[in-house]
Amino acid sequence: MDIMTILALSLETAIGPIAAIYVLAAIGLNMHFGYTGLLNFGQVGFMLVGAYGVAVSVTTFGLPLSVGFVISLGCSAVLALILGIPTLRLRADYLAISTIAVAEVLRLVYRAEFARPVTGGVYGRNSFADAFYDANPLPAGSYGVGDVDFNAGELWLTLACWGLVALGLVMTALLMNSPWGRVIKGIREDEDAVRSLGKDAFTYKLQSLVFGGVFGGLAGAMIALNQQNIHPDQFMPQVTFYLWAMLLLGGVGTLWGPVVGPVIMWFLLTLFDETLRGMASMDVLPFLATSDSGPLRHALVGVVLMVLIVYRPQGLVGNRKEMLVNVK
Amino acid sequence: MSSDATPGAPAAGRDLMSGAEPAVGSGKADPILRADGVRRSFGGLTAVDVDHLEVQRGTITALIGPNGAGKSTLFNVLTGFDRADAGEWTFQGRKFNGLAGHKVAQRGMVRTFQLTKALTRLTVLENMLLAAPGQRGERFFGAFGRWMWTGQEAANRERALELLARFKLDAKKDDIAGSLSGGQRKLLEMARSLMVEPAMVMLDEPMAGVNPALVQSLLEHITSLRDEGTTVLFVEHDMDVIMGISDWIVVLAQGQVIAEGRPADIRSNQQVIDAYLGAHHDEPDAGGAGDEGDRKEGQP
Ligand SMILES: Nc1ncnc2c1ncn2[C@@H]1O[C@H](COP(=O)(O)OP(=O)(O)OP(=O)(O)O)[C@@H](O)[C@H]1O
Ligand SMILES: [Mg+2]
Repeated sequence: MDIMTILALSLETAIGPIAAIYVLAAIGLNMHFGYTGLLNFGQVGFMLVGAYGVAVSVTTFGLPLSVGFVISLGCSAVLALILGIPTLRLRADYLAISTIAVAEVLRLVYRAEFARPVTGGVYGRNSFADAFYDANPLPAGSYGVGDVDFNAGELWLTLACWGLVALGLVMTALLMNSPWGRVIKGIREDEDAVRSLGKDAFTYKLQSLVFGGVFGGLAGAMIALNQQNIHPDQFMPQVTFYLWAMLLLGGVGTLWGPVVGPVIMWFLLTLFDETLRGMASMDVLPFLATSDSGPLRHALVGVVLMVLIVYRPQGLVGNRKEMLVNVK
Repeated sequence: MSSDATPGAPAAGRDLMSGAEPAVGSGKADPILRADGVRRSFGGLTAVDVDHLEVQRGTITALIGPNGAGKSTLFNVLTGFDRADAGEWTFQGRKFNGLAGHKVAQRGMVRTFQLTKALTRLTVLENMLLAAPGQRGERFFGAFGRWMWTGQEAANRERALELLARFKLDAKKDDIAGSLSGGQRKLLEMARSLMVEPAMVMLDEPMAGVNPALVQSLLEHITSLRDEGTTVLFVEHDMDVIMGISDWIVVLAQGQVIAEGRPADIRSNQQVIDAYLGAHHDEPDAGGAGDEGDRKEGQP
């Protein structure tokens, strides 16, 4: 294993579809937490309904993939309403508790035996993404530079994912530079003040929750296309916490934070995994088995977060002065 | 009447009060706010228990009373930021009890908070712009159509800068509100409430922590606000401010209105003296504006 191959592999992950999918979900989370101050600890729940929206529509109900996409976005919007309507009039912690619980309940329901005729239970669903790859306009072949390379299908998906990211960024930029975005940021600072000025904070929070949730759902739908098979147990709570770590790394409440965070984090994670694996296979670290990289990876995320909080609490692209304004 | 001797006596507002009896729950010629049986208790403590209260349109009415009298609680209840246990009130003839806080503000009754609520990570100008009513770009889908709201935004910005200049905050317009001092935040909150173009502003201790030189110009501003037709209801502890600017004074103690009247009536009201002012204010010529000895009277 040489260092150039490892770096190439890490770079490939950082610009590949998985990183882009995490960016999509982080764009949603950034709208929730970064701009509106909503504590959503269940972004993975939106990803789950998004992924299954596509998979179930196509496999169980035989609908076209494009319709599946629309259904997937609809499901995430509905989930946002279900979560938001009862909790957003209450204190912030109620949404936090509800999101974490509902995301986990959704996973358990989707994997349950009684749901198997629809969701496939623990086995999930597969072969629903053919229509997407059939529509690939790119000629078959290998694309890339040096060790970083994608085949036509991968590149098609990657472009689609980053295209959606671009859409998300443009929408976020337009929203946050408008009077709507001003109210949203006001709610993050002090909801009562905003209300005293005649703005219906509840409606704004609900809109923000739906917007961010739909981007979570979009991320889920792209996961489904990427893997071409999905099963419920990949939507564990740690996906949400990875997302949080990535968002904090990039910079909360900034336009580019949710892009920078996942890209860098995926680069570091792959670099770390591959280096460990390389060292294990070369017997440099005899006490280390190849399978140890999973738990160590969690430890790495923890270390990154700690370093971040000490040296750059505002994240990589955040504004420190603004971040610390309430800390006196 | 000693009030006539007060420098800069706001004549217009007092004329509107000429028909009103200086008695608890007295009727006003043209009340903008009319409240009946408003009660709010916290456990065993009755914080507010107002039988009948009317506020005359186009005047400056002061709400005074000792600490814990229930002034802020009454503000909260009337503006939909707290739930009343009982009571009905109308504003400009419309029923307001049970109305959510943002709707109260939309319908022309805007309040400020005793503990300032500056939106700290927004700039001073953004704080102001946020408050402007009826913005087209404030709707989710409207936000995407910039061409629809840039004109409105420019007009709002102009108005905001004007207000900021009046409140001596124009130099700070691009600073984040979190960097303002306590007094500056009070000023910002007051200016921001005026951005809503309210029919009535309710100011909870607007002068607290504002330097004396600025207090004078703020008072002038409040007076001109009144002269332009805005009704002002404010809570204040500084007796000079209250006596100098108010057209009408309502005294609250332990949740109940114990007296109402013109400044002169209040100054000589024995009940008010006992409950709030203290004996010092009873002396015939002690109530004039600028009497330094009295400045902090009434504040425990
Ligand atoms: N949320 C609350 N829970 C319990 N008691 C409260 C609450 N809010 C106010 N009170 C009580 O109600 C009474 C009235 O409080 P309020 O804040 O209205 O007084 P105030 O007249 O504004 O006083 P100050 O001049 O000090 O601002 C006080 O005795 C206070 O302790
Ligand atoms: Mg108070």
